[in-house]
Amino acid sequence: MKYLIAIVQPDRLDEVLTRLEEKEIHLVTVTPVMGRGRQKGISEVYRSHKEAGSLLKKAKLEIAVNDDFVKPAIDAILEGARTGHVGDGKIFVLDMPECIRIRTGEKGCPAIG
Amino acid sequence: MAKVLKSPPFWFFAVFLLFTVIATVVAAEEVAPSAAAPSELAQVDTGDTAWLLTSAALVLVMTPALAFFYGGLVRRKNILSILMQCFMLMCIITIQWVLFGYSLSFGPDIKGIIGGLGWFGLKNVGLEPNPVYAATVPHQAFMIFQAMFAIITPALILGAFAERMKFSTFCVFSVLWATIVYDPVCHWVWGAGGFLRADGALDFAGGTVVHINAGIAALASALVLGKRQGYPHKISPPHNLPFAVLGAGLLWFGWFGFNGGSALGSGALATNAFVVTHIAAAAAGLTWAMLDWIFNSRSTVLGIITGAVGGLVAITPASGFVNPIGAIWIGIGVSVLCYISVAVLKVKFGYDDSLDAFGVHGVGGIWGALATGLWATKAVNPAGADGLFYGNPAQFFIQFKAVIITAAYSFVVTFVLLKILDAIMGLRASEQDEKIGLDLTQHREAGYTVLD
Repeated sequence: MKYLIAIVQPDRLDEVLTRLEEKEIHLVTVTPVMGRGRQKGISEVYRSHKEAGSLLKKAKLEIAVNDDFVKPAIDAILEGARTGHVGDGKIFVLDMPECIRIRTGEKGCPAIG
Repeated sequence: MAKVLKSPPFWFFAVFLLFTVIATVVAAEEVAPSAAAPSELAQVDTGDTAWLLTSAALVLVMTPALAFFYGGLVRRKNILSILMQCFMLMCIITIQWVLFGYSLSFGPDIKGIIGGLGWFGLKNVGLEPNPVYAATVPHQAFMIFQAMFAIITPALILGAFAERMKFSTFCVFSVLWATIVYDPVCHWVWGAGGFLRADGALDFAGGTVVHINAGIAALASALVLGKRQGYPHKISPPHNLPFAVLGAGLLWFGWFGFNGGSALGSGALATNAFVVTHIAAAAAGLTWAMLDWIFNSRSTVLGIITGAVGGLVAITPASGFVNPIGAIWIGIGVSVLCYISVAVLKVKFGYDDSLDAFGVHGVGGIWGALATGLWATKAVNPAGADGLFYGNPAQFFIQFKAVIITAAYSFVVTFVLLKILDAIMGLRASEQDEKIGLDLTQHREAGYTVLD
């Protein structure tokens, strides 16, 4: 089992979700986040006072998948989120030792479903 | 019970009840009120009265508008504290005004300095017109219109001590400030017999009484309270600019009552005030947007609304005395001066006027009062005076004198009052409370929930 964390451009989120859906990956959690990378941020100005430490808005997706679905999930995110510009984001792949479905108490692969 | 007796709010409320009881007794003393003769009531002009009552409602809405203007600029954890302070002023100053504030401001004159207590509890303030102030509307219409000015003036100050003042001290400060600063200054400028009024100082709708008075008190507050923790580098930017825009828009709307209503009638003068008010706001908003564009490479929303409010502040004293072209110059001038004051001076001197109450209302108010002495013309208002540009330099110096006297009085008395309250009650919320936020620590409420 793997746990994928993807940071993508907010305006690509719908596309990524559609591609995941096409590959029958339904389980996903999305959070609005702030961040920066090589793209850097845009500094804000309020009544002529510049704000330091500027960050950009991003969308964070968290997806738990069985091993069979790791490649399809990654492909879906790449297809949906890639524009070829700096700032397209990252995908992090983590090992996931356990998963429990709260409603039934099922564990492991069947719990991801 | 013992716990109640030890609680400061109990004594605060007891004082309020005591004054109400005295007012009740005083009112009862009145020998059978001489029912106003029908002929006297006939002097009431229904058009004037309708406009003045409408204007009073417009001015009232400026206080919640200011709450949203300020509230959008603070951090998420402090929005309720701003809304609460403004709403508390709507309640507390109304009572102060009815019980003795109106009497101190407009009551029988004592040596040009202050009104007497002859109108305590609105005794002798009835439904028949008072020819000295407004001959064509019921006296109580004038009284309630003025009440709205008394409410918003202390509300303007709170921009300077936002995000760090203890709420209990805020309540006591506001009532005392209204009583020993606002009421006397109001009497000097507008009260029958007031010495600045006798001097010929022009203040159509409250540039001196409201904006300079509050703006200078704001500077004193910022100096006495000191900076917020983390100022200037670790303070988050405004948490909800759309709120600030909503507030600024409603302020602009309400200002038509503030200035237009100050004609105390619904004719030509009200129209002039209405028109120049709108023009000055537009000119100032445009000017600020352009300054931002030139010096910060982008025009900003906060900039344009700050400019518009500055324009409204500056045109306030002038609105009954200047023509539309004068209004454009006043609008341009105020944005340039306020821009310099918030972008350069505040940084240079390092005081934490959190929401620029001094930078906009103080500086804008002073500019407006002086500009009245430049662009005023009798062609607009024969009861006014000509300014410097219309051949009467003396008027500029009369305006200058009124500014200096008001600013000096407001600064000194506010400074001393705050120092005394600091010694007795403490001005600032504790360090920990300030970190957690005033919403939760002062009011046990949160403006926003995390989920749902």
